[in-house]
Amino acid sequence: MSGASETLLSVEGVSLSFGGVKAISGVSFDIRKGEIRAIIGPNGAGKTSMLNVINGFYHPNQGRITYKGQTRSRMRPYRAASQGIARTFQNVALFRGMTTLDNIMVGRTLKMQRGLFWQMLRFGPAMREEIEHRRAVEDIIDFLQIEQIRKTPVGRLPYGLQKRVELGRALAMEPDLLLLDEPMAGMNIEEKEDMCRYILDVNKEFGTTIALIEHDIGVVMDLSDRVVVLEYGHKIADGTPDAVKSDSKVIEAYLGVAHQDDKASGPAREVAA
Amino acid sequence: MLYRETGQFKQSYASDQAIFPILQDRIGLAIILAVAFVAIPLLGNEFVLASLMIPFLILSLGAIGLNLLTGYTGLLSLGTGAFMGVGAYAAYKLSTLFPGINILVWIVCSGFVAAGIGILVGLPSLRIKGFYLAVATLAAQFFLQWCFVRISWLYNDNPSGAIEVPARTLFGIAITGPSATPVTRYYVVLVIVAVMTLIASNIVHGRIGRTWMAVRDMDIAAQLMGIRLLRSKLLAFAVSSFYCGVSGALMVFLWLGAAEPSAFEINLSFLMLFMVIIGGLGSLIGSFMGTALIHILPILIRSLPEALGLPLAAATVEHLTFMIVGALIIFFLIVEPHGLARLWQIGKQKLRVWPFPY
Amino acid sequence: MLYNVFIDPFVQMAGAPDLLVQALWEGLVSGVLYALIALGFVLIFKASGVFNFAQGIMVVFSALTLVGLYEKFAAFGFSGHLAAYVALALAAVVMFVLAVVIERVVLRPLVNQPDIILFMATFGITYVLIGLGEMVFGGDPKQMIADELFLPGGSIDVEMLGGFVSFQKIDIAATVIASVMIAGLAVFFQKTRIGRALRAVADSHKAALSVGISLNQIWAIVWFAAGLVALVTGIMWGARSNVSFALEIVALKALPVLVLGGLTSVPGAIVGGLIVGIGEKLGEFYWGPLLGGGIESWFAYVIALLFLLYRPQGLFGDKIIERI
Repeated sequence: MSGASETLLSVEGVSLSFGGVKAISGVSFDIRKGEIRAIIGPNGAGKTSMLNVINGFYHPNQGRITYKGQTRSRMRPYRAASQGIARTFQNVALFRGMTTLDNIMVGRTLKMQRGLFWQMLRFGPAMREEIEHRRAVEDIIDFLQIEQIRKTPVGRLPYGLQKRVELGRALAMEPDLLLLDEPMAGMNIEEKEDMCRYILDVNKEFGTTIALIEHDIGVVMDLSDRVVVLEYGHKIADGTPDAVKSDSKVIEAYLGVAHQDDKASGPAREVAA
Repeated sequence: MLYRETGQFKQSYASDQAIFPILQDRIGLAIILAVAFVAIPLLGNEFVLASLMIPFLILSLGAIGLNLLTGYTGLLSLGTGAFMGVGAYAAYKLSTLFPGINILVWIVCSGFVAAGIGILVGLPSLRIKGFYLAVATLAAQFFLQWCFVRISWLYNDNPSGAIEVPARTLFGIAITGPSATPVTRYYVVLVIVAVMTLIASNIVHGRIGRTWMAVRDMDIAAQLMGIRLLRSKLLAFAVSSFYCGVSGALMVFLWLGAAEPSAFEINLSFLMLFMVIIGGLGSLIGSFMGTALIHILPILIRSLPEALGLPLAAATVEHLTFMIVGALIIFFLIVEPHGLARLWQIGKQKLRVWPFPY
Repeated sequence: MLYNVFIDPFVQMAGAPDLLVQALWEGLVSGVLYALIALGFVLIFKASGVFNFAQGIMVVFSALTLVGLYEKFAAFGFSGHLAAYVALALAAVVMFVLAVVIERVVLRPLVNQPDIILFMATFGITYVLIGLGEMVFGGDPKQMIADELFLPGGSIDVEMLGGFVSFQKIDIAATVIASVMIAGLAVFFQKTRIGRALRAVADSHKAALSVGISLNQIWAIVWFAAGLVALVTGIMWGARSNVSFALEIVALKALPVLVLGGLTSVPGAIVGGLIVGIGEKLGEFYWGPLLGGGIESWFAYVIALLFLLYRPQGLFGDKIIERI
């Protein structure tokens, strides 16, 4: 992760409110190409809203977004997708009526060209295109080790597998920037380790930049290159995991009030954090 | 043990992507095609052909159209009857204005006219969703119904307001009008429906079908994959209306031989919706099954008292039919809300292990 | 042509203000009745999330029951005001039984199914009621027993604005009764324990169950209430014209009302009803002749559609917030 790290995405002074509630207030940070950036903070800090702004779902009231050198006051979902931003969701937004394979194939939609006429015929160019993209999707299925559930309707899958399928669908877009919203929520230790491994592999092998919302501090410290901390819509820290970990504001807001005179929990604090 | 797929390994993605990858399914399809193309015309009498099979095929086509819109794309439409009417009147006008050109060409063109109207009706889907969009289709239904009555140009100023189908031929054989035999009409309808079902199946199994289902299941996530919602929805409206339009044109030209505006009223829209829901939303086979049930059942019920020798007045039989159909709709919804297609799938599952218990 | 569409109708309105008032009044009355039908829909939708397509046929069915019962009584020599009100009470009982049966046979097995399934089930109910109604009562239109029910007849003709405006007494009665009913229902929903339970059930079946609300009871109550609304509506509509199965199509008019007002709002049903009723009447009077007449079959829908484009969830409906 060394060398000339250019900025892939930066948000400046972004503010967002719904009705009377201010979800995000003047937040600025950047994401460098090829890094894993974690966004952490207590519940209600505005983390998911931030991702939604990057995606173009929510339009910020103030501020600008610069992606791949182009600055805009707001993103649009279609442009975000076509310029290589992919996303997973907090509450698994899979297409429940379809199988795993079909879900991931939908991720290839942007890359598939053949129009209605060839689709009607099926034999010929449309079929060749299907098979070509099927190959790509099978590579992803192989990578995520979900071969045995490829024809299962996703509504029937356990939560952990659904999250993996959703990751697969995002990967199918071959994104430059991958936004992951709590990819490990509700998973046990083994599942978390698997997911960590996949995320690291995606970052190292494909060079995909990753922005990650996560509550498990251990995961955040292990995986990420840099961390942004949000609280009640404000940014309260921004830096490497070690720097953020020992930032007193962060400890107070998120990790718990520092127990300086409590000898019994002293060593425990070292291990836990 | 009959319906086993073990041992049928696929060596390539191509064979895995085939519409009927399982051998037993393909045999089943071959049997159905054989029955449809050979057995029924040979063995069926005029009644079977004219009152059962031809309407069944034509209505199934319309049901497929509605299923594409409501079942696959999730856009509830209550205007199916009107779209079928558009196709019927378009075919009629085109055919009477240019009688030299083959009627089949005009039937296909009428589909395009219906598709155009469908796109217009679908435009509000940019802003409106779900049930409220259904009201837009209802507006279209009532407006078009009004047009069919008021715009006398549509029915060539015929004072009775009805349209009567002119006799047309194909390769010298009469296919519409009084001299067309049921067998001829049956074959024409069968070929058209078979080809269009194949096309629908191709579309649905490919990128466009997946896009529609994504829009149905979670349009927000679909947008994020780069799917353009308005374009997909309008395409769904267009294709769906095309099918309904052709169905309407076939209805007038090859089934009824004539039509009044009341043939395309809201009742038809509801009827088609029943067929699709009972058959199974999002299933092409389901469209056929639902149509079979909704169309053939009342005919059976009506002929039952006679067959059993029970003396019931015709009016009473009508009322009973209403009640039985209503009760059956409720019954099916309770037993299998996903429709007959799901029941069929479950049946196939059971065949996998039959005669063993598990 | 532009003159005809945009200027002339208003000129006509100004030229004969008494006719305008007449049109407005008639629009108001039909608007109130549309609102009543819509109210039945809103009741059931608020409490069970079901769009009850059968509401229309319930209007017809309840009115038919009332008239049919009275005719049976009269055949035995029991007629007059007392008989009418006994028939009314019995008709209410019939609607109660119907509500209980529907809850038991249709709603209970379908709990937790997606809304479209329940919507289709109400179609099934519609068909059953149509068949049953026709079989038991016959398909001919009947006269509503308005006199026997103490409903006033005749009209009040008021001289105003250079002409005459005629107010049918039955229309006045209908407006008053409907307003009382609507006010009563609004109070019921907001202030009582049962009303609160109804709103809870509308939000989430599972959650309501988990707090101990008896879904079965609530549903039976709500369908009964909707049945009563249907009965009153049927009486009022029937008194103004007659009781026949054509009324069922009129009930479809309630759809634009619901769409305009929002499916979950009682005040929305009222406001929507008035807008649709008045808009339709004015449209029919002043713009209808331009298009050859008969536009009332779709005019209401177009009004609703235009409103929807501006406010996709209806005027008073709950704003649909998508959370991801």
